Amino acid sequence: MQDLDKILSNYKGEKSDLIPLLQDIQSEYGYLSEELMREVSKFTGVPESEIYGVATFYTQFRFNPKGKKHIAVCSGTACHVTGAQQIIEGMERHLDIKDGETTPDGEYSLESVGCLGCCALAPAAMVDDEIKSKLSLRSIKKLFRGYNPEKPSK
Amino acid sequence: MNFEEVVQQEKKEYDLLFSEKNAVLIGSATCGNSAGAQIAKKAIESEMENSEHVVEIIEVGCIGLCYAEPIIMVSKPQKPAVIYGNVTKKVAREIAKSHLINDIPLPEYALGSWGEGYIDGITPLLEQKSMKMQERRILRNCGFIDPTNMGHYLAQGGYAGFMSALEMDSSEIIEEMKKAGVRGRGGAGFPTWMKWQFCIDSDQETNYLVCNADEGDPGAFMNRSLLESDPHSVLEGILIAAKAIGAEKAYIYCRAEYPLALERLKIAISQMTMRGFLGENIQGSGFNLEIIIKEGAGAFVCGEETALMASIEGKRGTPRTRPPFPTTEGLFGKPTVINNVETMASAAFIMQKGADKYSELGTTESKGTKTFCLVGQVKNTGLIEVPLGTTLKEVIFDIGGGIIDDGEFKAVQIGGPSGGCIPAQHIDTSIDYSSLIGVGAMMGSGGLVVMDQSTCMVEVARYFLEFIQRESCGKCVPCRLGTKQMLDILTDMTTGKGSEEDLKLLPDLAQAIKKGSLCALGQSSPNPILTTTRFFMDEYEAHIKDGVCPALDCKDFIEYTIDAEICDGCMVCLKSCPVSAITGSKDEIHVIEVETCVKCGTCLDLCKRKKNAVKLVDAK
Ligand SMILES: Cc1cc2nc3c(=O)[nH]c(=O)nc-3n(C[C@H](O)[C@H](O)[C@H](O)COP(=O)(O)O)c2cc1C
Ligand code: FES
Repeated sequence: MQDLDKILSNYKGEKSDLIPLLQDIQSEYGYLSEELMREVSKFTGVPESEIYGVATFYTQFRFNPKGKKHIAVCSGTACHVTGAQQIIEGMERHLDIKDGETTPDGEYSLESVGCLGCCALAPAAMVDDEIKSKLSLRSIKKLFRGYNPEKPSK
Repeated sequence: MNFEEVVQQEKKEYDLLFSEKNAVLIGSATCGNSAGAQIAKKAIESEMENSEHVVEIIEVGCIGLCYAEPIIMVSKPQKPAVIYGNVTKKVAREIAKSHLINDIPLPEYALGSWGEGYIDGITPLLEQKSMKMQERRILRNCGFIDPTNMGHYLAQGGYAGFMSALEMDSSEIIEEMKKAGVRGRGGAGFPTWMKWQFCIDSDQETNYLVCNADEGDPGAFMNRSLLESDPHSVLEGILIAAKAIGAEKAYIYCRAEYPLALERLKIAISQMTMRGFLGENIQGSGFNLEIIIKEGAGAFVCGEETALMASIEGKRGTPRTRPPFPTTEGLFGKPTVINNVETMASAAFIMQKGADKYSELGTTESKGTKTFCLVGQVKNTGLIEVPLGTTLKEVIFDIGGGIIDDGEFKAVQIGGPSGGCIPAQHIDTSIDYSSLIGVGAMMGSGGLVVMDQSTCMVEVARYFLEFIQRESCGKCVPCRLGTKQMLDILTDMTTGKGSEEDLKLLPDLAQAIKKGSLCALGQSSPNPILTTTRFFMDEYEAHIKDGVCPALDCKDFIEYTIDAEICDGCMVCLKSCPVSAITGSKDEIHVIEVETCVKCGTCLDLCKRKKNAVKLVDAK
């Protein structure tokens, strides 16, 4: 928990630190585990249940690990009217997972999110930290080239 | 050096860029980067490495012509600059060789020229229809300055507005805002001066200022683009507002989905601190200010001011009833002014150029200009700025260039989830606060989503209800349960299970939710239904009574088929169908098996560019 101590040392432990603190922890660990939230509770004096309440309120916080590559597909209005639904369904097929899931091998996780602010070049998605725009069923094929999800027997 | 001397020096340096140097400005806001701006930059760098020409390459923000990204501007000494669009790696190399090295501009890739004079074959950007109709005031620097260089902002007259504000007392600053007639750009359009006045009137020792950069409206990115392209204009506005209300602490609440905006804000803030525009005793005036950035954590409702404050305080971002308004009881219980990013930038413009300059444009009750994001099925998608009072038609057809693929205009959605869909018969509506309300919509923050005949309006209503239902914070019952009810009814309609009774039920439900909800999210949640039923009742009826989706948009009402007259059996669709629903063989007409088809659209997408033999038809 050395990394955690380092993060905590940047804060005073006030209640208004809670969200930035959780954000820092998530960017370090990828998600908020029960253990981490317990430590935050000790540090801030805010009850665990309340921390969980705050964390679950905001869509940014995750409670299970992401894939090595995380794909966030925009479901904003501009993307919606230019075919975002087809794009997310296409990705689900390519990866053989549903929106919100991670591939069993931990390679990819997929999630639909609110507007990414790249609406003029819709439909858009964020792959790790990079925004991909003007997506089409053809261009997402390229994105996953070479990847074959080991399909569990149906 | 005093302020004037610093400005003179920065001006000289900035002007040199265009008068004596070879300069390349690369649009590298989020839109540019996603389209390949960094690839274009590398291509130019590597091309120039092998030549003896020295060129200054600068990353700038977005000039708003997002549809043509990546965009670069090439400037040679004493000549008009050329703005190039769709600059792929190959095009970037060509431009470097021809324009930068051999001084021969390339009209075939040019969007227009910039600056005095003419270049053969290239029309000056400002003489083109799409730009002529615009008045770029808030966006004046976007795409022309380096947002990470405070000197560039100073060279454009930046911070002069704040310097004059330092000489004025609160009432004088507020009077200037009142004279300008600026109204809040975050959606509701509340007069800014009045908000500032209320805060002062509350007569407490500590006041806070909050800049709302949460920009949760899907389909809108004005604030992102401004923060990425000209962060100092927003920060100058924050300084002015803080001075006016006597705040010593200001917060910027910016959504985490905008990493580049956050990065550029942080850089700008550190430069301000270094140059003595933040901290204690700013510019020797005795005025102190600290600016704190708070990152949002992905909740739309946190754009609402009381929820936003709860979020800053480390709580769940649920709104509370007003009054008390934030100006009497806000952040940490203290009087607080909350203003949108664009409102802040407007304050900087007003203090730099004067209230009269600001109010010379616009209508009697809606002064100045407004930025809009023009997106959806329109040709020239991007960020525009027009005087209030411009018509929707002018924006969509003159600036936006009309509908893509020469399709038919159906509706434009304005005002985000709380706004409305305006149909073709009202396209001459003037964009001002009251005219928009007259057609059942509202100004909102500036998203304009254009829809063509392929968009189903019942589905649009369902989409917004799904959005609102998901974002409802759950605190009050009418919003929590009511939005779910409305969503269920609409989902039934778009999946062939709608009934006429449901259709009658909707208006009652809408009224109850409007009256009973705690915040504007719930109160405006029926709007997507109210505006679409007002103008597109025939589409609702078609779904319910005839079992068809006239736009061929709702999956449960459509089928994909292959036109036997056109198909030449090229095997492309057949090979790429993810569920092997297409049968046939080489040079033989292909057929889609309806039972197997999952309606993913892959075949249509692929064939559209080849033969266009795949068609969408009514499933009946
Ligand atoms: C659900 C909801 C979401 C909102 N989202 C935003 C937003 O993203 N940005 C914003 O500036 N205002 C937003 N507002 C409006 C704010 O509550 C507030 O009125 C505004 O920030 C005031 O700034 P202005 O006076 O400069 O317009 C939202 C309001 C509601 C009800
Ligand atoms: S709507 Fe998808 S990026 Fe804005």
